[in-house]
Amino acid sequence: MRLRLRRRRRPDPLACREFVELVTDYLEGALTPEDRARMDAHLAGCEGCTGYLEDIRAIARSLPAVELPPADPATHATLLAAFRDVRGR
Amino acid sequence: MRAGDESAFAGLVARHDAALRFGARSFVRSEAVAEEVVQDTWLAVIRGLDAFEGRSSLRTWIFRILANRARTRAEREARTVPFSSLAEEAAREGPTVDGSHFDADGGWAQPPSRLDTDPEDRLLSAELRARLVDAVRALPEAQRAVIALRDLAGLPSDDVCELLGLSAGNQRVLLHRARTRVRAQLAPIVAGGAA
Repeated sequence: MRLRLRRRRRPDPLACREFVELVTDYLEGALTPEDRARMDAHLAGCEGCTGYLEDIRAIARSLPAVELPPADPATHATLLAAFRDVRGR
Repeated sequence: MRAGDESAFAGLVARHDAALRFGARSFVRSEAVAEEVVQDTWLAVIRGLDAFEGRSSLRTWIFRILANRARTRAEREARTVPFSSLAEEAAREGPTVDGSHFDADGGWAQPPSRLDTDPEDRLLSAELRARLVDAVRALPEAQRAVIALRDLAGLPSDDVCELLGLSAGNQRVLLHRARTRVRAQLAPIVAGGAA
């Protein structure tokens, strides 16, 4: 009983080495509430891991905004022609 | 679009074509076959629009067609190792950040370097964004498939699991390895070799 009370007040501390492996689980909301709390507690006191998490977040956020090369114009025209053939009014 | 709105279809192609080509490369080995699969996919989309029931997003529906077409091709092209086995291999690969970056207590031996981001939109700087696609291209195939579908194409995780035949846990392993590797590729080389 005493152990449980103590745990609740102060969860097992998390080392940076463990933190970096849990970053995606954290961002995906896949952690248990206890592990999430350990991550949050660690973040509050660790600038290195806060930065690491922000880097991973920036990558996840930037990829959807990245410019991908467009289809070549000939392929594009072929597709539109096919669309017209099948769906044209 | 079903009624023949060509500009709506052109918009759809513009939005998803590149991500589809990226996705297709995860299923088949050659660029040429990937192009064919993508074109086949669009033709199937055109013909099949009436069958789209809106149970999934249009995007997921299109990627499902892509996955099915690519898989048929891939069987012939002998792509035999399922993504789930690649994920299990990846999970056994040890830590994503090398132990040398940490001290004996598992704390950072020195503060990790930071990627350059724009303070306003918190995206990576334009310079790093320009290198993102190449960094993704350089990933091992299962990692590339997951990050392409999740982060480039923006598909929800359940749909990616279904398309690639992965458990939720395996998908997260691959996504994490992929993002970590991309970060390592983009991270400036800092004297002392910070992570």
